[in-house]
Amino acid sequence: MTAMTAPMGKFGQSVKRVEDSRLITGNGRYVDDLVLPGQTHAAFVRSAYAHARIGAIDVSAAAAMPGVVKILTGQDLVDGGLFALPSGWGLTSIDGTPARVGVHHALAVDTVRFVGEPVALVIAETRGQARDAADSVFVEYEELPAVVDMVAALGPDAPQLHPDIPENRAFTWDIGNAEEADAAFARATRRVSIELRNNRLVPNAMEPRAINAEWRAYDGSMTIHLTHQNPIGMRVLFMMLLGLESENHLRVVSPDVGGGFGSKAPAYAEELAVAFAARAVGRPVKWTAERTESFLTDAHGRDHVTRAELAMDDHGRFLGLKVHTLANLGGYISTSNALVVSYMYATMLCGQYAIPAVHAVVEGVYTNTCPVDAYRGAGRPEAAYVIERLAHLAAREIGVDQAEIRRRNFVRAFPHQTPLVYCYDSGDYEGCLDAALRLADYQGFEQRRAEARARGKLRGIGLSAYVEACGIGPSKLLASLGGGGNMWESCEIRVQPAGSVEVLTGAHNHGQGHQTVYAQIISERFGIPMDRITVVQGDTDRIQAGTGTYGSRASVGLSAAVKSCEKIIEKGRQIVGYMLGIDPGAVDFADGIYTSAATNQTVAFTEMVHAAHAATQFPTDQLEPGLVATSFFDPPNFTYPAGVHVCEVEIDPETGVTEVVAFNAADDFGNVANPLIVEGQVHGGLTQGIAQALWENAVYDPDSAQLMTASYMDYGMPRADSLPEFGLAFWPSPTPVNPLGMKGCGEAGAIGSPPAVINAVCDALGIAHVDMPASPEKIWRLCQERQEAL
Amino acid sequence: MEITGSYLLPCSPQTAWQALNDTEVLKSCLKGCEALERTAENEFTGKVAAKIGPVSARFAGTMRQTELDPPRSCRMQFEGQGGVAGFAKGGALVTLTPQDGGTELTYVADTQIGGKLAQMGARLVEGTAKSMADDFFGKFAAAVAAMEPEAGPVAAPAQGVPSHEQTSGTPAWLVPAVLIVIAAMAAVAVFFH
Repeated sequence: MTAMTAPMGKFGQSVKRVEDSRLITGNGRYVDDLVLPGQTHAAFVRSAYAHARIGAIDVSAAAAMPGVVKILTGQDLVDGGLFALPSGWGLTSIDGTPARVGVHHALAVDTVRFVGEPVALVIAETRGQARDAADSVFVEYEELPAVVDMVAALGPDAPQLHPDIPENRAFTWDIGNAEEADAAFARATRRVSIELRNNRLVPNAMEPRAINAEWRAYDGSMTIHLTHQNPIGMRVLFMMLLGLESENHLRVVSPDVGGGFGSKAPAYAEELAVAFAARAVGRPVKWTAERTESFLTDAHGRDHVTRAELAMDDHGRFLGLKVHTLANLGGYISTSNALVVSYMYATMLCGQYAIPAVHAVVEGVYTNTCPVDAYRGAGRPEAAYVIERLAHLAAREIGVDQAEIRRRNFVRAFPHQTPLVYCYDSGDYEGCLDAALRLADYQGFEQRRAEARARGKLRGIGLSAYVEACGIGPSKLLASLGGGGNMWESCEIRVQPAGSVEVLTGAHNHGQGHQTVYAQIISERFGIPMDRITVVQGDTDRIQAGTGTYGSRASVGLSAAVKSCEKIIEKGRQIVGYMLGIDPGAVDFADGIYTSAATNQTVAFTEMVHAAHAATQFPTDQLEPGLVATSFFDPPNFTYPAGVHVCEVEIDPETGVTEVVAFNAADDFGNVANPLIVEGQVHGGLTQGIAQALWENAVYDPDSAQLMTASYMDYGMPRADSLPEFGLAFWPSPTPVNPLGMKGCGEAGAIGSPPAVINAVCDALGIAHVDMPASPEKIWRLCQERQEAL
Repeated sequence: MEITGSYLLPCSPQTAWQALNDTEVLKSCLKGCEALERTAENEFTGKVAAKIGPVSARFAGTMRQTELDPPRSCRMQFEGQGGVAGFAKGGALVTLTPQDGGTELTYVADTQIGGKLAQMGARLVEGTAKSMADDFFGKFAAAVAAMEPEAGPVAAPAQGVPSHEQTSGTPAWLVPAVLIVIAAMAAVAVFFH
């Protein structure tokens, strides 16, 4: 393509993403692009009611419409042996009973529990015919009272969603030590408390959910093309739910995936129903969600109501923490949500602080809303919001600076065992704080505040010191907390005869730049140009092992790649030993060249590769030909990225509009493989976090449980022009947990920024709290109250 | 959501009352109305076909009158099904008060909409309904003026223009479900195009 020498990769360099030219020139290949021979299309009939008994379903008119191939109802799926969707995490309540999981059929049977829940499925020759026919399916509903509010749902008069689950309570789970926390509070001389809501969010991946499923009757096997973050995990799950004979009877292919943020990690009702339908009609069935369907049914994020209290001494040293959270599960427990609201959330409630005594209770509550699951940060943003709001209030209570209160309480020695299961790996919290304060010109803030006041604006500054858990995860630890283990990642490296390299990983790129970073790291290790390296992902026929991408797991996958590189290099050493007739132990390897210090001979990596495949220069009974290495990496611990975010806002008291005028972040992601990509990840995360704090909010009508924010007309998405230039700095404390010292950066922006923004808003207005999103209306009212108070 | 509005009609309360119970009058004033029938003494069903932008649909609604106090007030319960578009239901209190030689019609409607209507059109319903209400009452005012036994000066449609104290209105009390459904669909159409 070009006469120029292709670039060599190097860890730590800002290499431009090699996948982008393909994607931005329209050459991405997504599930919806795929048209299979004999293709049919699916459309769902969805409930307009949030809670209703399903009566008769009349499909006669629809069935007679042009192009209709088949219409399926929930009962058809049950009769066909399809299993209900499982909760993927076993959580145990305080009283020792397992979480109560409401039965979640792929198509509702008897009862619908949220608006948009699929009730029937129409398969037709064209997408238009399927939609038209779906419009003509007549479903009788007997409307039932619906409940949105969690406190109401737990009350005695609330409608009960699931027949065997009283009070709509799935579980009451706790972590930490209640007695120790009580004792700490008894000792404490100062305390602050807060009641807050972590607003519900719609994930809004650019590419909507999509599936194209094909059934092969001749051998009872199926291929599912699925936009997903974890195709290998879905193979096992769908195999079981569909009742297929073995893993080998199901191939899952996830091609390019246009964003996920966690929302493409669950197993969904629609996808399961479509897979079932493909078998039922014996032809490929495709479904791509329309945007309204995405709003209604992509697993939502967050939605907590929390009461929290922090005990301190007179100097503001944190002694104890008590947290009580109601977590809105929606109508059903989505695949990972029991994990997200428990061990992904409450374990992180100490934040960066050495708090000796903590007790947290989480109640999981069913409501007539879309199921909730992981969304960018998945539990950690909710935890950071609680502790960082409390830290802000603590500074007010003690009468010290926002930075100082944090400084007094930081964890300073690592590894640090928290009272909440996790053990922080490494960090320099105070150094990171100072880096952030320098970046933000913290010292100069009061001058900026005064200058803003002269312009009639209320300027505020807010800090947030977050820590989170990434790089899922140690299989044994996760299994002990209620998971199935199986959280390692694999990487196979195939070096081909002409010297190009295929990298097979079970991690799945959906915007993270894996092609670039894997190539960068392997290029550097082998000393070959990056363009010789191709990453293969997302096809279970090619990659058999792995667990997908979420929770910044790239460090786990890359660590497996590093192990495979080492195996290849080591085998090369043996081959070169034979080639040169010397002891392999005397062969050095650097910059793509094997050398013998003793004889001054050299063999290039590519020469070694030719020799490995030719198999003529070594005894094949002692050394196998070929050059393939497979490795699995199971990290000994999570990694704990941390950072300090500093937000400055200006509020116009006349309009209530809050403008983020400056945002600076110093982050410890451990070693950074590619600063350009990491900055991009942070920009995206900050944008989503700032948007949660100021604009985004999924609103259900409290009486009817209709989703009122089901389009971009009503749901406040962030825009480029509503954000400032971000100031970023890295303050790395490399982790000992993996060979690359990487911690992960995908979620950090969305974790640290919401409390920084709200703390800044509270600072500007001199108030204790305002719930997210801090909309102009809320802020304007607060400004009016403030005016009256003056 | 609560929708309120008031209109000044160029006729006596008695005439207005009669017109409100005359399915032919109502039908002629409601654009796209295919059928409007009295199914019981105080029950009506209606069908309206609407094509708004690319969206065409047929809406079926029922309405029941209660607490009749002719010619001063009545309460109504209504329910409309727009198929895939969703549903609307609610209640309305309508009062007729003599004023300035005419009649002021006031209504307070409490409406619940569901499905696509709520998802796409919720906050546009009121605004869009207003223009449809104006269209309806323009025709209705003319109709009741013509019905007036001692025909005074013939009311121009302009006189039927609502006296908007409130922000907007919809004749939710009439064949309300149907109108709200249409209005919401209009809002959806506006949104998409």
